[in-house]
Amino acid sequence: MYDKLWLIPFFPLLGSIINGLLGKKIKNETIIGGIGTLAIFSSFIVSVLCFMELRLDTVKSHQQVIASWMSVGNLQIEWGFLLDPLSAVMLLVVTGVGSLIHLYSIGYMHGEEGFYRYFSYLNLFAFSMLMLVLGNNAMVMFVGWEGVGLCSYLLIGYYFHKQSAGDAAKKAFVVNRIGDFGFLLGIFLLFWTLGSEHGIWTLNFVEIAQHGHLLGAGSVVVTIITLCFFLGATGKSAQIPLYTWLPDAMEGPTPVSALIHAATMVTAGVYMIGRMNGLFAMAPDTMLVIAIVGAATAIFAASIGLAQNDIKRVLAYSTVSQLGYMFLAMGVGAFTAGIFHLMTHAFFKACLFLGSGSVIHAMHHALHKAHAHDDPQDMRNMGGLRKHMPITFLTFLISTIAIAGLPGLSGFFSKDEILLWSLAGNRGHWLLWLVASLAAGMTAFYMFRLVFMTFFGKERIAEKAKSYLHESPLVITIPLIVLAVLAVFGGYLNVPAVLGGAHRLETFLSPVFGAAQQAYGIEPPHMSHAAEYGLMGLAVGIALVGIGLAYLMYVKNPEMPAQLVAKAQGLYRAIFNKWYVDEIYDALFVNPTKKAGTFLWKGFDVVVVDGIVNGVGYIVKGFSGALRLTQSGLVHNYALAMVVGVIVMVAYYVFG
Amino acid sequence: MLTVYHYLGLSAILFALGTYGVLTRRNAIVIFMCIELMLNAVNLTFISLSSYLNNLDGQIFVFFVMSVAAAEAAVGLALMIAFFRNKESVEVEDFNLLKW
Repeated sequence: MYDKLWLIPFFPLLGSIINGLLGKKIKNETIIGGIGTLAIFSSFIVSVLCFMELRLDTVKSHQQVIASWMSVGNLQIEWGFLLDPLSAVMLLVVTGVGSLIHLYSIGYMHGEEGFYRYFSYLNLFAFSMLMLVLGNNAMVMFVGWEGVGLCSYLLIGYYFHKQSAGDAAKKAFVVNRIGDFGFLLGIFLLFWTLGSEHGIWTLNFVEIAQHGHLLGAGSVVVTIITLCFFLGATGKSAQIPLYTWLPDAMEGPTPVSALIHAATMVTAGVYMIGRMNGLFAMAPDTMLVIAIVGAATAIFAASIGLAQNDIKRVLAYSTVSQLGYMFLAMGVGAFTAGIFHLMTHAFFKACLFLGSGSVIHAMHHALHKAHAHDDPQDMRNMGGLRKHMPITFLTFLISTIAIAGLPGLSGFFSKDEILLWSLAGNRGHWLLWLVASLAAGMTAFYMFRLVFMTFFGKERIAEKAKSYLHESPLVITIPLIVLAVLAVFGGYLNVPAVLGGAHRLETFLSPVFGAAQQAYGIEPPHMSHAAEYGLMGLAVGIALVGIGLAYLMYVKNPEMPAQLVAKAQGLYRAIFNKWYVDEIYDALFVNPTKKAGTFLWKGFDVVVVDGIVNGVGYIVKGFSGALRLTQSGLVHNYALAMVVGVIVMVAYYVFG
Repeated sequence: MLTVYHYLGLSAILFALGTYGVLTRRNAIVIFMCIELMLNAVNLTFISLSSYLNNLDGQIFVFFVMSVAAAEAAVGLALMIAFFRNKESVEVEDFNLLKW
């Protein structure tokens, strides 16, 4: 089965090409959507088969090389794929969640202009993401890395006739480019250092993992390399300081937000750190930076999420915050926990996004029918939807409980693992734990605020639109149900020992992470069972407090938020306006850059470059102006000049 | 006795006359005739020196000069006719279309 690895990215590429080239002619939405969904589903089946085989195999790392890409001196790069437990898990998540979201898109995008374009982009995205995950060397990964960025740009700007969508797409692309720059620098530096100092010219991940120790644990160069890679991760995975593009990316269609901006692409940074865990484990300083940035992002984004009214924006900030958790996990050396949270988050956040899409779909439909012009994404226009959309409500509620971290659901296990490592792991710190716990409380609060505002309470939708509200079609609700089931049971893959589990995911991933963790002294937290139970209880308690507060403020006592806002005007304003980060960035970076650009245009290009070009023209013109006076146009003058010339020449030869 | 110097002197005089005519005359036909005069002055030089030096090269060269002169006459007269049709004149002062 391992020689069929290439099929995994191939199917979506094929689907993308078919839909992109022929979609306009096919026209039939069922066929277009069917091709797209089938393409990714085929990849899913191949992934499952590969996973099954790998699970029973004793050799845990398999490479398949398709062709040589470039061969320049010491630089040998191949189009190669790598299947190991880490990429197998990612493959399942990407293709599995991807298939469900493709299916969902058929219903959600029904009747949209450019239906085929959407599916072509979506398949292209799946292809790029699978290249990123499967690549056996950093350059192939980089191809996928850039490819997902491109598809993200294309899909955010799907409604390109809307100014805000176009702007958001550009913003996402530019901010991502800053990160990609770091990623590239990291690749160059790694390649050069390993090659010139240790004679190992390679970008192959297996070889990097094998020879990485030559760089020297804790050395400056490995710190710089990993920091460069981390800069790349902050761009792609929306961490401080490059997170600002993700909330704006909600301009894209909702399934895109679910697939790209929640479940897969934004987790690429986490995956990349996992892929190079050996290098990162060697650089404790970088790990500390990652942990701090992750924790800071987690609480910062959660705080912004507290006061947003757009249903998708709340989820976007929640995603940023949860990604912060994953980076915190990577930073404290809990690689498995990070990947575990990546996986559970993919399940419940995709479900939440798709659920919000279902709500928006229904709201949009109802408001459209009633000719009302309210914003279908604004939660202040919703309320009481649980009676109209029972399936959406139920799946949404389950996922919300999962993300809030209540016991028994997937989010509880993964979040608890991260909290445990950040407190008791030997690279953790109680401050990190404290920040992460606070963020967990906030998460519970804003997620339940969202649920209460959307599904409970008074129906605030325009009266005339009420009768048009109805549950979404099956093609939308089936993915929701599947994801909700995964959101419940996904956590049981890695039940901790204290709860009678066997850490199955950790065991499965240990061929990838174990060596580095052992070699560089990253130890799992040692705690008595009582203390572990205590920690769990505390985390659950914090979540319950958040939920209780949300219940108090948005169900029991709906006037309370307004009163609180009145009391803390300044704070509320700051949170509501996202701590003015966009404005600060505009003032610090965007506007100076624009000004520099304007200066280079008006001060340099126009004056200097154009000046040189025009100056050459003027000089030539001046000389020719003088010289043309000799061309009198009188034949006699020319004849005289010839005669004089001949006489001079003859005289020169005769008398000279 | 006529020596080669007489011939060369005559040819120099003819050449100077031709040059003078080219420089002073306005009528293109006359200028053209003056150029022919200059060519023939040169031919005379060739012939006389050829005879003086007992070398046939000069005489052969004269044939070349004559054939070129004939071709030149054909082209030159055709040009002049074409010009006359446009401008009703063969005065060289009017030959100034390429002037700045």
